[in-house]
Amino acid sequence: MSKFSLKDAYIDKARRDFLKKAGAGVATTVLGAGITLMAYPDPAAARKPDEPVDASKRWGLLIDANKCKEDCNACVTACSQENGWKLDGDPRHDSQWIRKLTIKNPQGGFTQSFPVMCQHCTNPPCTDVCPTGASFKRADGIVLVDKHICIGCRYCMMACPYKARSFIHQPLEDQKPHAPRGKGTVEACTLCVHRVDRGDQPACVERCSKDGNGALIFGDLNDPNSEISKQIATYPTRQIRADLGVDPGVRYKNL
Amino acid sequence: MARTVYMKLQNHTGYFDILILLHVAVIAVGMGSVYYMEHFGHIVTGMSNQIVWGTPHVFAIFLIIAASGALNVASISSVFSKYGYKPYARLSGLLALSLLAGGLAVLVLDLGRPDRLMVAMTKYNFKSIFAWNIYLYSGFMVIVLAYLFTMMAKKMDKYTKIAGYAAFAWRLILTTGTGSIFGFLMAREAYDSALLAPLFIASSFVYGLAFTVLVLITVCHTSQRSMMNEDMVRNFRGLLIIFMAAVLYFTAIFHLTNMYSAEHAGVEWFILASGNVYSLIFWIGQILIGSVIPMAMLAWPKIGGKRQTLSIASVLMLIGGIAQVYVILIGGQAYPMVLFPGMEVTSSFQDGMVGTYTPSLPEIALGVSGISIAMLLSGFIMRVMPFLPRGDRMG
Amino acid sequence: MLARFAKILMVLVWASTSALIAQAEDAGRVAAPQYTLPENAKSCVADTAFMRRNHMNMLKHQRDETMHKGIRTKKYSLKNCINCHVTKDEAGKPIKVSNPKHFCAACHEYAAVKLDCFECHRSTPMETGKSAQIPDIPEHTGLLADNSSAVKQLGEYLKGVKQ
Repeated sequence: MSKFSLKDAYIDKARRDFLKKAGAGVATTVLGAGITLMAYPDPAAARKPDEPVDASKRWGLLIDANKCKEDCNACVTACSQENGWKLDGDPRHDSQWIRKLTIKNPQGGFTQSFPVMCQHCTNPPCTDVCPTGASFKRADGIVLVDKHICIGCRYCMMACPYKARSFIHQPLEDQKPHAPRGKGTVEACTLCVHRVDRGDQPACVERCSKDGNGALIFGDLNDPNSEISKQIATYPTRQIRADLGVDPGVRYKNL
Repeated sequence: MARTVYMKLQNHTGYFDILILLHVAVIAVGMGSVYYMEHFGHIVTGMSNQIVWGTPHVFAIFLIIAASGALNVASISSVFSKYGYKPYARLSGLLALSLLAGGLAVLVLDLGRPDRLMVAMTKYNFKSIFAWNIYLYSGFMVIVLAYLFTMMAKKMDKYTKIAGYAAFAWRLILTTGTGSIFGFLMAREAYDSALLAPLFIASSFVYGLAFTVLVLITVCHTSQRSMMNEDMVRNFRGLLIIFMAAVLYFTAIFHLTNMYSAEHAGVEWFILASGNVYSLIFWIGQILIGSVIPMAMLAWPKIGGKRQTLSIASVLMLIGGIAQVYVILIGGQAYPMVLFPGMEVTSSFQDGMVGTYTPSLPEIALGVSGISIAMLLSGFIMRVMPFLPRGDRMG
Repeated sequence: MLARFAKILMVLVWASTSALIAQAEDAGRVAAPQYTLPENAKSCVADTAFMRRNHMNMLKHQRDETMHKGIRTKKYSLKNCINCHVTKDEAGKPIKVSNPKHFCAACHEYAAVKLDCFECHRSTPMETGKSAQIPDIPEHTGLLADNSSAVKQLGEYLKGVKQ
């Protein structure tokens, strides 16, 4: 007897729904028995400013833990400069959209260092628990906080398995125009949504390739021809706490 | 059986006025704290990015749990047809409402954006247990109000039984909802257990009854009337012992299941055996002061039947209750989140570190003011509406 | 149901506030804030009367479009408002919303309506970079040419807000 798994059924449905939506953007021609010609829209073409995002894209990051070096902080600095948060020497209260994590195997002391930020899950626990719907996942997989309706209850911070979110503990002014943030609301990595929307890469990825070690790749996980998808298809990669089933869009290589 | 005659809280002693003044003062300090926290942000509290819920939440959750339990006495009379409890059913419903109001006030006033309460009431994410709870709380208010109406309005008593059943079912669901706020959090090692719901239900029986007993003894004292006969003292004494035994049972099962799975051994050691502040609060606060001592006092034949013992035991059980919620809530957050099982993790964001938390004065003031809001509200309503059995004049 | 109740409440609050403003005008005690067009602009995205009544709905509509759908048209964006409606201090620096002379603050203080944008958003243009310049002038003049059609166009645009 085959085993029935509720989870698999759930995932299958999500996949079918996704394919339905994705179908809109893909011209499919059936040439003959078993031969299908699919023309994908040019993935490099940026969306027009008045076009809404859709599920044909699923943005993701691939982080190579071998290339990333412990003494390099380029991605963190870039994020902080781009989005206007900064470390004021108060690790209990300062917001940290991205942080360098060092893990050490107690047996022998092997260490690795790599950045951790919002993992942009397919099934984000933060959006499940948010009472007002302020935590939400955009159609293209970017998980955001709508600060207009965030009431600052911090339930999402209780629920996030990655400690990816910060609460703004003090009044702020002179924010970056593209990264509004204010006292009493919760914030996290936006995957530089304002840059992605105009066709650019997130600030951390750009800086890592320029000043860092080229350890970060950004791209569309739905596009089999994107660099990120090719890497994932070729090399062993993993998600942090994959056992939780939240399916992060941020993947790690050589971890 | 003689028909119970109800009265307003009249001809009270000066003791009542002092209590009222005390509660007003506490609430004033609490509201000042809210303004202070709202003005400077949560930086002035002990809460942080690791301990995101602090003392206000301890009090809020404690009061919300107590609210559903305060309905015990009414349920025992309507659902389980023990008519000895009936004279206190009105008071029990009133306390349920006012404790819930106190708890919710604290919860709402601690929000990062309390000014957006309207958003919380108009935008719902139906997958959120918080959002379910908003419905459970408002539903509870409506049902208990209807229940009180059937008890107090003329010729409505034929509906009391059905309203009592509805309220009893609702209060069980409500506490299940409160427990599930934590129980459904897979991210944190200390939670992620369905057992939290029944544990919270058992706790609600204790906190709610302890509050009811204390208020009853206080109004007897201040109105100089005896509203509780020896039978009722004996009943309350027995119930408190049984309810507390249930809490201990669920606490034991909760920790035993966790200890048995190697995955959770770390957090169990942290809470139970590490000797940190949380294990001290657990063993000394919850187990010794909050459970063992009051149970022993109540069970001791010589003193167990005295009203004074009953009130001291109730106070101890409430202190134990706050300790219990504190350990679950703060202790559970202080334990570092496990991103990489088996690895030592460090970062600039306190990954892999035990969270530090010291409650600040404004937080404590806000939390305690929740209790005062509940007590002031019930005191005021008892003063203007007939919620108390008349009883006999003392002395 | 609750949302409708909230709307009714908001209308009541709005009605009472506007009544108060009318009274204040009658008494002639509080001078209405003076409105001046920003230096480089010929007009706003719609005429003043329309903007006075509807700017909050336009901003709210745009905020949801941008936040949830990633639509980043500039015309009705808050960033565009901020970049254009600049009040400068004596040193020539743009003033923040904490200063009662700030374009938004002046009117909101007069109308006694709480302003909640700048808890999170920046209230002045960024000093450097392209975004500091006033964008979308052609769109503005396009609106000037035929104001009635512009208002109609806005009405269409705002239909989304009511949902």
